[in-house]
Amino acid sequence: MKSAVLVFPGINRERDMARTLRLISGQEPAMVWHADTALPAGTDLVVIPGGFSYGDYLRCGAIAARAPIMNAVREHAARGGLVLGVCNGFQILCETGLLPGVLMRNAALKFICKDVYLRVERSDTPFTCGYNAGQVIRVPVAHGEGNYVADAATVAALEAGGRVAYRYCAPDGALDPAWNVNGAINSIAGILNERGNVLGLMPHPENHVESSIGPTDGRGLFAGLVQHFAKAA
Amino acid sequence: MIRNEPPITPELVAEHGLKPDEYRRILDLIGREPSFTELGIFSAMWNEHCSYKSSKVHLRGLPTKAPWVIQGPGENAGVIDIGDGLAVVFKMESHNHPSYIEPYQGAATGVGGILRDVFTMGARPIACLNALSFGDPKHPKTRHLVSGVVAGIGGYGNSFGVPTVGGQVRFHTRYDGNNLVNAMAVGLARTDGIFYAAASGVGMPIVYLGSKTGRDGIHGASMASAEFGEGAEEKRPTVQVGDPFSEKLLLEACLEIMAKDCVIAIQDMGAAGLTCSAVEMGAKGDLGVDLELDSVPCRETGMSAYEMMLSESQERMLMVLKPEKEKEAEAIFRKWGLDFAIVGRTTPSKRFIVKHGGDVMADLPIKELGDEAPVYNRPFVETPKQPAIKAESVKPPMSTADALEKLIASPDLCSKRWVWEQYDHVILGNTVQRPGGDAAVVRVEEGPKGLALTVDVTPRYCEADPFEGGKQAVAEAWRNLVAVGARPLALTDNLNFGNPEKPEIMGQFVGCVRGIAEACKALDFPVVSGNVSLYNETQGRAILPTPSIGGVGLLDDYTRSASLAFKAEGEAILLLGETQGWLGQSLYLREICGREEGAPPPVDLVEERENGDAVRALIAGGRVTAVHDLSDGGLLVALAEMAMASGIGAALDAPPSDTPAHAYWFGEDQARYLVTVPAADAEAVIAIARTAGVLAARIGTTGGAAIALPGERAILVKALAERFEGWLPNYMAGGPN
Repeated sequence: MKSAVLVFPGINRERDMARTLRLISGQEPAMVWHADTALPAGTDLVVIPGGFSYGDYLRCGAIAARAPIMNAVREHAARGGLVLGVCNGFQILCETGLLPGVLMRNAALKFICKDVYLRVERSDTPFTCGYNAGQVIRVPVAHGEGNYVADAATVAALEAGGRVAYRYCAPDGALDPAWNVNGAINSIAGILNERGNVLGLMPHPENHVESSIGPTDGRGLFAGLVQHFAKAA
Repeated sequence: MIRNEPPITPELVAEHGLKPDEYRRILDLIGREPSFTELGIFSAMWNEHCSYKSSKVHLRGLPTKAPWVIQGPGENAGVIDIGDGLAVVFKMESHNHPSYIEPYQGAATGVGGILRDVFTMGARPIACLNALSFGDPKHPKTRHLVSGVVAGIGGYGNSFGVPTVGGQVRFHTRYDGNNLVNAMAVGLARTDGIFYAAASGVGMPIVYLGSKTGRDGIHGASMASAEFGEGAEEKRPTVQVGDPFSEKLLLEACLEIMAKDCVIAIQDMGAAGLTCSAVEMGAKGDLGVDLELDSVPCRETGMSAYEMMLSESQERMLMVLKPEKEKEAEAIFRKWGLDFAIVGRTTPSKRFIVKHGGDVMADLPIKELGDEAPVYNRPFVETPKQPAIKAESVKPPMSTADALEKLIASPDLCSKRWVWEQYDHVILGNTVQRPGGDAAVVRVEEGPKGLALTVDVTPRYCEADPFEGGKQAVAEAWRNLVAVGARPLALTDNLNFGNPEKPEIMGQFVGCVRGIAEACKALDFPVVSGNVSLYNETQGRAILPTPSIGGVGLLDDYTRSASLAFKAEGEAILLLGETQGWLGQSLYLREICGREEGAPPPVDLVEERENGDAVRALIAGGRVTAVHDLSDGGLLVALAEMAMASGIGAALDAPPSDTPAHAYWFGEDQARYLVTVPAADAEAVIAIARTAGVLAARIGTTGGAAIALPGERAILVKALAERFEGWLPNYMAGGPN
């Protein structure tokens, strides 16, 4: 799996993401600078990591969405290439229009960093095939603006199309407002685009991949991607 | 001749915080009246914050050397060797006054400043900690300050991208009107890639990097060197505004040009901004500096030399570059979108010359400005000793179970989850032990080494007996590092006190520093960096003496660190160390009996070391399953914390007959630890401890859903945890205090 990790000024989880990709795919990802206009040849997976691109100024992700490299990302997605946006990456994907909706401030109006539980809604996508449908995983969140919102028609379309890939839930998998960490509509933590090749996800699976550091539930997402490309090859 | 507007009057001199004798010293030094800009420069360099003029003579008594110390106090941060060609760079610094005036920005720029100190030396920051002291929860401003300070620390650190992994939060009425924000940053560098402030070579370009200069923070350091009176809020314009985004860019750009070997010397612009950084680079390198202010990137037009020299705009650096690398360095800074301007040259003259608009605005001797600032040996009186309180004389006003429930939900002992969940503590993917334990543990690069990090001090002990309190602060930091299995290596101190011109305050300072020195020597735990914050007084009332100690320890294998949660049911609970039942200055006495009095628990440093060394050996040998040090609240509070972290209860034996029960459960005797071991190993572990000269006894067994004490109602762990977790969120939501 050849992956490319985008680096915008102010992004700060690019090293976490690169280490995880290296650990699980066995391949060093390419770090791609925001001012570049092309992705490395043969890129399978584009990853937009977390952080505070451009200081979150204007609106989270708004400036990054207009960076030169994003044209190449749009073309990659249009060709059916896979794009994963985590945290600020999710916000950037919404700002580029590759995903619908927007991430608003957390319902409690505070930055929140803690482990949360996610229910994997389906296992038949490249971004979820490392898990079983209905499986509950524990991964950390670290964000101030992760409260997913879209208009009713968009949410209905997401639900009807099975495009909600991950939801915040209780440890037993039940949907419960008390476990919906940021107040997202329908407890949405991660969504797919219509074609299913772009995923935006607020939590950080890349921080839960090593047993010596903590839980390893984040591995499945990356292992699933590796498996997807291995099958395709 | 230097043009002088406005004229220098005694009032103007006083407004600059300079005493008449200090002004006379200036006149003698330069042989003429200083210009307005020069007066500003002197006030910036000679204030307490920058010059350490009241503290210097006493700080000399601190041990600062060890074979593993690469750089002690005097640089931007301390540096220690952890092997494998790696060094840990760390320091703690206060941002107290700004955080009271403008809590969010004050705290945020405190974090920004300490991060800059660390990466200025070539280190990539890997962790932050902080120690926060707020006023009485009932004080009308306390909620506002807690909310703003915590958001500010998180706002800066989260965006910059460093995990905030530990700290302390306390409340006491003596911090009303003068809260403390002490921020610590820890970075990792190659031992052959450490950068220093001393300039070298004549005619070298001095480069200004980072954000533009504005009118914010002018006289910030002078403000921080005076007491607050009425109308402290009017000083808001002296507080700087932070931009973590710029700082993140500055970090990446600095590390990149350091890696390309472009840098001769580097100094961040913190307190007193351009003045302090330029003078220090020259003075430390025995060189003069010529500054051309017309080249300084400014955010606003029409800034005067005075304003530029005293601005404390954030996210700026000064660097002496290798001339042949100028173009390469500039390209790197342009790539990161940062300002880059050559604003001066080093000279052989040892003069500090500032030019603006074709005029010389300042021409001063650089050594006298920098390392030859005034030094005071201020008069001091020792704090009178308080009598030791006999446990028998303290009548327990409630049952042990009730007292535990009350203590665990008291402001100082309750869970600080509400605080640390606003800090990103998992970024970088190396946080092995998160906040809430004895010390945080972070992995070093890809391992196997790990660092243990903690911040500690018990201000009420320092108030009652500065010498013992100073010792205890160091001992507790050392103990917390030991409790996770680390070898304590070195510390940074952040000494927060009142007005040093008052002999009794100076006595607190001197006593604490002596106590710190004594403990550092006994524990081989040198001071490698630090910061002194004096004049923490509002309307004549001083804070509790608060010498925060930030400790760093090393684990050879981070996967073998110990944690405080019980691991299984049916394990033996062992108490290591001697329990006399010391209630003087305990939280039991304060929170349950409403008394703040008595001598604090004495610290026997020999015992401290023996007990700690034994515990570390037990952890390294894999003999213990959980470890927790005993501190605030004593034995039963520590045990409750171990139970709540795991959800597993415990059945405890009766106290020894010669100790009153409340003193046994809640006394704060020092040098103690609780450990758990598989029941079958209990005798063997006790024997090992005793062989090492450590008192050890089995006091109970883990298991069940409650803490069961002889003769007391069962205390359900789940209910206790709800109380423990409940106080702070309820308080911040506007609930009862």
